[in-house]
Amino acid sequence: MSGVVKPTQGEIIVNGEQKFFNNPRDAMQAGIATVHQHLAMIPLMSVSRNFFLGNEPTKKIAGIQFFDRKYADRKTMEAMSKMGINLRGPDQAVGTLSGGERQTVAISRAVHFGAQVLILDEPTSALGVRQTSNVLATIDKVRNEGVAVVFITHNVRHALAVGDRFTVLNRGQTHGTAMRGDITPEDLQNLMAGGQELATLEGSLGGTV
Amino acid sequence: MNKSSAPFLCKDYRVNLMNNKLSIPDERVKEMSAFRNSLIRPELGGIIGTIVVFIIFIFLASDSGMFSSQGVLNWSIVSAQFMIIAVGACLLMIAGEFDLSVGSMIGFAGMLIAIFGVTFGWPMWMAILLTFAICIAIGALNGFICIRTGLPSFIVTLAFLFILRGFTIFLPQTIERKTIIGGIREAAEGDWLGAVFGEKLFMGFFQYLGDLGIISVFSRGTRAGEPIVNGIPMLIVWALILVAFGHILLTKTRFGNWIFASGGDAEAARNSGVPVNKVKILMFMFTAFCATVFATCQVMEFGSAGADRGLLKEFEAIIAVVIGGALLTGGYGSVIGAALGALIFGVVQQGLFFAGVESSLFRVFLGLILLGAVILNTYIRRLITGER
Repeated sequence: MSGVVKPTQGEIIVNGEQKFFNNPRDAMQAGIATVHQHLAMIPLMSVSRNFFLGNEPTKKIAGIQFFDRKYADRKTMEAMSKMGINLRGPDQAVGTLSGGERQTVAISRAVHFGAQVLILDEPTSALGVRQTSNVLATIDKVRNEGVAVVFITHNVRHALAVGDRFTVLNRGQTHGTAMRGDITPEDLQNLMAGGQELATLEGSLGGTV
Repeated sequence: MNKSSAPFLCKDYRVNLMNNKLSIPDERVKEMSAFRNSLIRPELGGIIGTIVVFIIFIFLASDSGMFSSQGVLNWSIVSAQFMIIAVGACLLMIAGEFDLSVGSMIGFAGMLIAIFGVTFGWPMWMAILLTFAICIAIGALNGFICIRTGLPSFIVTLAFLFILRGFTIFLPQTIERKTIIGGIREAAEGDWLGAVFGEKLFMGFFQYLGDLGIISVFSRGTRAGEPIVNGIPMLIVWALILVAFGHILLTKTRFGNWIFASGGDAEAARNSGVPVNKVKILMFMFTAFCATVFATCQVMEFGSAGADRGLLKEFEAIIAVVIGGALLTGGYGSVIGAALGALIFGVVQQGLFFAGVESSLFRVFLGLILLGAVILNTYIRRLITGER
């Protein structure tokens, strides 16, 4: 879907039109943005410089194009406060942000530049509890703005927290799709575990998984 | 992970679920003290160093003529020389690469101008333009090899350090049977492009100052009545233009953003659509351009080109840049800082001479200040990125 691998069967339909993506850039043109585990962020640079990296706003002074810092700073602060992140200032370095906050910056950057479909590749995998909840809250906010989110995760609880529709994939094969409310958390968990009963394991762990 | 948040974890998490947002203040949002804030500015070391150096030499050498018009011109020229090559080295280092061939490039460029302009007798403007073209092309080749092979620029440009120096000795020896070619000033007489590198500015103004008695004038000889310092050499003008250009390019344009990004994390920059390879190769070319400006000003001033010109200049440029607060690993730094680093360099080198200190101690000082600057920079980077 992000344009990295071409589909072997089936079709991708964007706004009622069938699309073929040859590379990630095609997908981005169609409004599908992917936020990778390896974030496209540079720790030594400020949040606003990172936010607009590759899409810098410019203004012309005496015929020469200059980087419009004021506009970039203002837009960044707006986008960040909308996501509930308090920055010291737009010139704060990304390196001082936590992993969850960096995810949020990456997500809101994708949304700012017109993404209609957002693919998040395990945004919560390396995060602590508090940071995870921040990212989940961000996903919720983005969804409420009308952006479709494809949220890839290994954690049932994270999926249940924000998901409307669940699809379990194993080695490229779908194990089934269910709507929210049609499936119990236990069933979903079993499906994700590859169909094996987790009962024995769960018993020994006291139901904490 | 954030250590300080651990004790609040349970309470915080619950608050979080209820309000769906953080309600306790984040300690990173707190205003940092002005001191810490200014610490993360890359120029800080350069500013402090400049002030300290000036104070020291005002005490040490004020009666030796270091701050007379002649003395000021003396260390200004030396500083300006360092500045010209430091601007190129600075932008290249921020873009994440080195160029160790700068010194050899200076010798090579000077020699080319001498061979084209004197030995071949071509018009000086043609000799200079052709030299610029050749040297910038070599800079591009440097960059191209680094990008294509993925080798560290340290090794690639080290190779060019030897290749270019070798040619700088070989060419004049086979063509003229000597290693120094003179007569450049005579060949450049009346040449418009030669004047851009070798002339002086505001000569009338300096004559006026001399007439008023503000600056000293020759009291006897054929030039009696003329001021000793009769204008600002183009070398200094070039240095100021390049510093201004570099600073604006780096901080005020989108290309500057790309320079930071290319050095900060090339892969992340590529993912964001930054043409990293183009940025790096252009910076190699700019460094070569700066080295050629240096060489051209030098041969215009001395009137000759020597095979040993520019020796060790690549390291002096890198030291000035590092004193100016740039990180050796790229992605962080400032052109203004590098210019101040160059100023410190020039003032100390000439100041020790004025103060009558043994000049070999200059190198000791250089080593010490480099070590101090690098340690300070590492500490600063930890402050910015929050590494422990």
